[in-house]
Amino acid sequence: MLVTLARASLAGRRARTALAVVGVAVSAALLLDMVMLASGMRASFRELLDVRGFTIRLAPRGTLPFDTDARIDSAGAIMARLGANPDIVAVSPVLGGQLHVLGPGGGVTAVAIGINPAVQGDYTLRTGHDIAGPDQAVVSADLLAAAHARVGDTLDVAGGYDAQLRAVTRERRIVIAGTAHFIYTPANPKAMAMPLATLRAMTGAAGDPVSLFMLRLRAGADADSVQRWIERAIPRVSAVSTASALRQVDRRLSYFRQLAFILGSVSLTVGVLLVATLVTVSVNERLGEIAVMRAIGVSTRSIVAQVMLEGVAIMLAGATLGLGLGLVTAHYLNGILSQFPGLPAAIDFFLFQPRDAWVSLGLLALAGVLAGVYPAWRGASLPIAATLRDEAVA
Amino acid sequence: MSDAPLAVSARDLRRDYAMGDAPVHALQGVSLDVAAGDYAAIVGPSGCGKSTLLNLLGAIDRPTAGSVRIQGKPVESLSDREATRFRLLHIGFVFQRFYLMPALSAAENVELPMAEAGLSRAQRRARARELLRYVGLEARADHRPTQLSGGEQQRVAIARALANRPALLLCDEPTGELDAHTGAEIIALFERLNAGGTTIVVVTHDEELAAAARRVVHVKDGRILSDTRVR
Ligand SMILES: Nc1ncnc2c1ncn2[C@@H]1O[C@H](COP(=O)(O)OP(=O)(O)OP(=O)(O)O)[C@@H](O)[C@H]1O
Ligand SMILES: [Mg+2]
Repeated sequence: MLVTLARASLAGRRARTALAVVGVAVSAALLLDMVMLASGMRASFRELLDVRGFTIRLAPRGTLPFDTDARIDSAGAIMARLGANPDIVAVSPVLGGQLHVLGPGGGVTAVAIGINPAVQGDYTLRTGHDIAGPDQAVVSADLLAAAHARVGDTLDVAGGYDAQLRAVTRERRIVIAGTAHFIYTPANPKAMAMPLATLRAMTGAAGDPVSLFMLRLRAGADADSVQRWIERAIPRVSAVSTASALRQVDRRLSYFRQLAFILGSVSLTVGVLLVATLVTVSVNERLGEIAVMRAIGVSTRSIVAQVMLEGVAIMLAGATLGLGLGLVTAHYLNGILSQFPGLPAAIDFFLFQPRDAWVSLGLLALAGVLAGVYPAWRGASLPIAATLRDEAVA
Repeated sequence: MSDAPLAVSARDLRRDYAMGDAPVHALQGVSLDVAAGDYAAIVGPSGCGKSTLLNLLGAIDRPTAGSVRIQGKPVESLSDREATRFRLLHIGFVFQRFYLMPALSAAENVELPMAEAGLSRAQRRARARELLRYVGLEARADHRPTQLSGGEQQRVAIARALANRPALLLCDEPTGELDAHTGAEIIALFERLNAGGTTIVVVTHDEELAAAARRVVHVKDGRILSDTRVR
């Protein structure tokens, strides 16, 4: 009966109810996006860092653990030192650099990473073969297209450019073994991976440098104690476990989360005010009806429940609509933000997790209850006789 | 009639409405006993305090002074919540303007007080059908109030008032909005109800209605002027 009355009250003012539902949907969409933003980046960072089972990275302090511009010298010594720890089962050195793929019309500049093909966590092979010799590379689909090449082709690649002589230097012929998806590069990269020694030679780097190391640990090893061991044994690098990287990321992203929190709260508040206004108007229109119900013995509790039900119903209808709207806008915003320079394209700013939907839905249901508090109180505390009299006079 | 238990009993009722400097003394010491099974009409000029008295007798409003007992129960001892429950289970109200819930069908309107009282759906359905048959509107059970004439709406309102088998039926100008012919139907309905044992107190300007009662109470300026048993 309560449900019937609440439904009838909403259905009786169809246009108004529809407008309120759309309004709530917009605010719910924003709320969902903000909840997704607050937790999405973190979750997608974790996925990204864990993707190939490398749980510790060695990097210069203060850099994000996939920064290929960083430099660690005398990598061989570090490798040897790391080999002494039985908890470390694999070490993947990574060197970042830039190469020029020569060709008609000036060629293409490519991001290059030097790795050990046997132990690497930077790309996944898509077509062709993995690197099997010093003069082989795997390339991204975009580089392949830009160089107008195919798997199996040979590219002329230069490591340097002498501006004085206007000539490329350290040129080498590289065979495209296959194409690969590069995990840590920005969107649509022109990227290639090759053996570490090849890239060192081509970039003319002295003193066997790398940009970072990625370490895989023995199953059951304690990442924290390995991390401490490394920092003691090799003081020039900082060891970053996935957990501590996430802490770093958290710190860097706290602005985003604050922003998300504030915008989410604002949208929730707007939703509450919207619904509170609507339900108050609807209660004001029905003061006579409510007074009659009270007179014939309907309890204040039933009146309150009926009014609250109206608020919650609008909120939930809006939330359902807003869920779809929120996912669409999140997808769109993700597209924009993934162009953010310096961040891997694989990072999702808005990552949909079912938990987020439940959190948003819960908050909105609560907001519906909150929105009903004032109008419900108004309806419940009505002076019965006086209201009936006013109603009769009106 | 005098040895029947009292359905409602009012002692020295006063009701002032605060109106700034000049409060309105709507009731100025009214005492009234209505025995179970009685049928009383309260008449008097407009503004003399009839509705005020009826609201006090029905525990919708509280007196400034004096006391009301319904079926021996002092109303002033009840909390708001208890008074609400008491109205639900023991008093039926009929208003001049019917005041049905526009969103509910005739049957649902009749079921409303039963739902509030916690009756099962099946019980509600059966009793609502029985009551609508009693007031001659069984065929209109699924109609909305807007699809019914004034007289039909008032009959639905009477069925609603009877839903929880109240000891006392309180009616404020129940024929006030109806033409003579429809009014006569309502009057006949009240007589049938009273003959079946329902205690009725009706406030009215309608002489036909007043003439149908067993007793006519004359109110003027917040006081009882006369109290005449007609039959
Ligand atoms: N809520 C109120 N506030 C102020 N004055 C009121 C209120 N209710 C009633 N009154 C005053 O109390 C007096 C009695 O009112 P009441 O409604 O009981 O009269 P009534 O006999 O029912 O009149 P009518 O026949 O016109 O319905 C009137 O003077 C009225 O103006
Ligand atoms: Mg009146």
